[in-house]
Amino acid sequence: MSGHVVPVKTYLGIFVALLALTALTTGVAFVDFGELHTGIGLVDVIPLNTVVALTIALVKMLLVILFFMHVKYSSGLTKIVVMTGFLFLAILVSFTLADELTRGWSPEAGGWNTALPAILPLIRGLC
Amino acid sequence: MSEMAMHGAHPPGFKHQFEDMEQQREAGSLGMWVFLVTEIMFFGGLFATYIIYRTLYLTAFEEGSRLLNVKFGAANTAVLIGSSLTMALAIHAAQAGKKKSEQVMYLVLTMILGALFLFLKFNYEWRADYHEHLIPGFGFIIRPEWGAAGTHVPLYFCFYFFMTGLHAMHMIIGFGILGTLTVMAQRNRFNSEYYAPLEVSGLYWHFVDIVWIFLFPLLYLIGGRFALPGVH
Amino acid sequence: MPGQEIPAESRVNYLNASYGVKSWLLTTDHKRIALLYLGSITLMFFVGGFFAVMMRLHLIEPQGALVAPETYNKLFTMHGVIMVFFFLVPSIPATLGNFLVPMMIGARDLAFPRLNLLSWYIYIIGAAFTLYAVISGGVDTGWTFYTPYSSTFSHTSVIPTALGVFITGFSSILTGLNFVVTIHKMRAPGLTWFRLPLFIWAMYATSIIFILGTPVIAITLFLLGLERLLHIGIFDPAIGGDPILFQHMFWFYSHPAVYIMILPGMGVMSELITCFSRKRIFGYTFVAFSSLAIAIISFLVWGHHMFVTGQSIYAGLIFSVLSFLVAIPSAVKVFNWTATLYKGSISYDAPMLYALGFIGLFTMGGLTGLFLASLATDVHLSGTYFIVAHFHYIMVGGAVMAYLGGIHFWWPKITGRMYPDGWARFAALVIFVGFNLTFFPQFVLGYLGMPRRYAVYPGEFQVLNVMSSAGASILGIGYLIPLIYLLWSIRYGPIAGPNPWGAKGLEWETPSPPPTENFEEIPVVTQDAYDYANVGGSRV
Repeated sequence: MSGHVVPVKTYLGIFVALLALTALTTGVAFVDFGELHTGIGLVDVIPLNTVVALTIALVKMLLVILFFMHVKYSSGLTKIVVMTGFLFLAILVSFTLADELTRGWSPEAGGWNTALPAILPLIRGLC
Repeated sequence: MSEMAMHGAHPPGFKHQFEDMEQQREAGSLGMWVFLVTEIMFFGGLFATYIIYRTLYLTAFEEGSRLLNVKFGAANTAVLIGSSLTMALAIHAAQAGKKKSEQVMYLVLTMILGALFLFLKFNYEWRADYHEHLIPGFGFIIRPEWGAAGTHVPLYFCFYFFMTGLHAMHMIIGFGILGTLTVMAQRNRFNSEYYAPLEVSGLYWHFVDIVWIFLFPLLYLIGGRFALPGVH
Repeated sequence: MPGQEIPAESRVNYLNASYGVKSWLLTTDHKRIALLYLGSITLMFFVGGFFAVMMRLHLIEPQGALVAPETYNKLFTMHGVIMVFFFLVPSIPATLGNFLVPMMIGARDLAFPRLNLLSWYIYIIGAAFTLYAVISGGVDTGWTFYTPYSSTFSHTSVIPTALGVFITGFSSILTGLNFVVTIHKMRAPGLTWFRLPLFIWAMYATSIIFILGTPVIAITLFLLGLERLLHIGIFDPAIGGDPILFQHMFWFYSHPAVYIMILPGMGVMSELITCFSRKRIFGYTFVAFSSLAIAIISFLVWGHHMFVTGQSIYAGLIFSVLSFLVAIPSAVKVFNWTATLYKGSISYDAPMLYALGFIGLFTMGGLTGLFLASLATDVHLSGTYFIVAHFHYIMVGGAVMAYLGGIHFWWPKITGRMYPDGWARFAALVIFVGFNLTFFPQFVLGYLGMPRRYAVYPGEFQVLNVMSSAGASILGIGYLIPLIYLLWSIRYGPIAGPNPWGAKGLEWETPSPPPTENFEEIPVVTQDAYDYANVGGSRV
C-alpha cells in the first residue's frame, strides 16, 4: 500500500505553527498598520491590515493543504486539481470586480481622471 | 495486486469495478479532491459576493464586523485546528498500524472538538447576536450610532449568518461521517493496508477547517478593529 | 468474438441479467442508469417541446392566437427551464456518456457506481420540483431568473423552480466527478490519453465545466431564494443590492453550460464522421485539445450576455475580445471534421445524416455568435429573435442533432436491435428541413427588430412568424418519428451484430447488448483511435 506516512512530529509542528499564526493574526488586528499609497489606478490605496490578515490566512491554508492534507506528498494530478479550483475562483472574483469597480468610469464625464476619486472609497475595500 | 483481484481473493472493502486496491484508493482520493474543488467554487461564490458587497459598503461592513466577539472567533479557530490535528493523527494511527483503540480515541476527540466549536458558535455567539437584535429577519434593530451606513449593516449580518451557517452545516455533515468512521474503526476495519475511507474523510474535514481559516479574518478581523475605543 | 453467432435473447446481457422494477431502480450498472436517464430526459424533452409548440401556435397571429400574455410568459420560461436544465445539460453526458465512457476506456463500470445511481435520483427529485412548479401555476421570469423581477416582483412559483434547478445541479456535479475520476484512473492497459476516442476528451472537458461551474449556480440560486424569502437586499437595488451581480454569478455557470451542451455533441461528431468516412480523424491532437480549450475559455466570456445591462463598458471590452477567442477552437473542430471527410469513403447512414446536419447548423450558429460577441452589433441584436435563432442553431441544430445522431449510432449497441434505416434517414431529413424553416426566419425577424419574449408583435412580421410556426410543426413531427420507430425496434427490429457499422473503438468489441461487466477480460489497447483501414486515400 502506498501513501506517504507523515511523522507525528511534523503534525505537531504544523499544529503549533497554526496556533501561533492564529494568535498573531488576532493580535495584529488591533494594531493600525495604516494604508499604502501606490498611486497606481485600482490599487492606489491598500489597507495594510487586510493584506496582513489575508496573507496569514493564506499561509495557514497552505500549511493545512500541504501537510494535513498530504498534498506535499501527493501526485502532480492532485496538485493540479487543487490549483484549478483556486484559479477558477480567482477568475470569478476578478472578472466580476473588473465590472463592479469600473462601472463608474464614464468616458463622457471628463475621462478617467475625474472619475477615479469618486470610486476611491470602493477601492479601499478591495483585497 | 491484480493477480489477487483475478483470483477472487479480494481484501475487505474491495469494489468489483476496480482492478486492484491501489487503483481503488487513488480513485477515491481523486474523487474527494474533485469534490472539494466543487466545494471551493460553492463557498467561493459566496466569498465573491461578500467581497463585492464589502467593497461597495465598506463602512457598514466594518461596523458589523466590530460587533462580533473576536475572542470566540479566535478560540474557535484554535479548536478547529486542534480537530484537524486529531483527524490527521487518526489517519496516522491507521497508517502506522496502531491499535484500533487509538484510532477510535482520535476520531472521538475530533468529534468532541467539533462539537465544542458548534457549542461556542451557537450558544454564545449566535445567542448573544439574537439578544442584541443582530439577526436579520428576527427583530433586527438598526442602531442610530451607525449613521448613514446603518441601512446596509443587515446585509453584513446576512452574509455572516449565511456563511457561518453553511460552514456549520458542513461540520454537522462531518459528524455523520466521523460517526460512521468511528463505528468502522471499532469493528477493526482499518489497518495499514486499508484506510482509504479515513483518508478521504480527513480531506473533507480539513477543507471545512480551511473555510473557517478564511472566514475568521474576513468576518472578524479586517473590520478596522483597531479603531474601536477601549480595546488593547 | 464470443457471442457473435448466438442470438441476443439466449445470451446473458445487461438487459436480461435480472428482471423486475427493483432490478432497475436499484441498479448500479452504468448502462442501466444510462437508460433510466434516457427515459427521463426524453419525457422532459417532450414536456419542454409541448411548451414550444404552444408558443409557436400562439404567435401565428400578431395579437396572439392562443393564450393570455401572462400565460405566454410562463410558456417560454417553462420551455427554457426544462429544455436547458433537464434536457440539454444531462442529454448526452448522462445517457450516451454514462453508457459509453466505461466501455470506450475498457472499464467494467464508472469509478463510483452508487454515486451514479444517486445522481439519477437527484435528477428525478429536481425534475419533480420543477414539474410541481409547472402544475402549481408555472413561473414567468424567463429561464435566466433575472433579479430583481424574480426576487421581488414575480408572483409565480419561482422558489420551487429554482429549487428544482438547484437540486438537479448536484446530479450534474456527481456525473462530472464520476467521469473525471474514471477517465483518469480506469483506462485499460495501453489506452494512453492520445489513444482515447475523442468522445472521451469531450466528456472530460464537459465534466470540468460541470465541476467548476455548477456549484456557482447552486449558491446563486440559493441566494436568490434567500432574497425572495427574507428581502435582505442581496439583489434588490432598492436596498442597495446589485441585480447585475446576479447576472454575473448566473452566467459564470450558464455560459459555460452552453458548452456543457455542445461539447458532448462535438465528441459524438468525431465518432460519427470518422466511422462513416472510414478515415482517421484529421489532426487528432488539435481536436482533443480544442475541447479542453473550449472548456477553459468558456469561463472567461460570460459578460457578453450583459453588454446592455449597465455592465462597465471596460469589462464589456474584455469580455468581447475573449468571446472571439472561443471561435478558434470551435472552428478548429469544424475544419478538422471537414478535412476528415475529404477523400473519405463516405456512406450516408442515418447517424451520418445527423452529423452532416450538425456541421452546417453549428457553423451557422457559431458564426452568428460572432455578431453577438461584437459590442456594437450586440446593442442592436440583444434581446431580439436574432439571439433566439442563434442559440437554437447551437442548442437544437448542434446539440440535439448530435444527440440524435449518437442515439442512432449506438442504438444497436444499447438494445441489440436495428431500427428501420429508411425511416431514420427520412426523419433526419424532416428534422433538418423543419429546423431551418423554424429558426432561419427568426434571424430575419430579430435583425428587423422583433424583440423576444413578447406575446404580440406588429402585423408586418406575420409572414415570417407563420413560416417559423409551420417549420415548428414539421420539426415536431420529425422528433416524433424516431420516438416511434426506435420504440418499435426494441421489440421488432432485426438483430444487430456486435458491430453493425464496422466501427472502431472498444465498445464495438463487445457483444450487443453488452454483458453487465462489459468485458470478460479487460482489453489491452495497442492502436490509436479510429484506426480505419486505408480506404479512399486516407493519410496521416
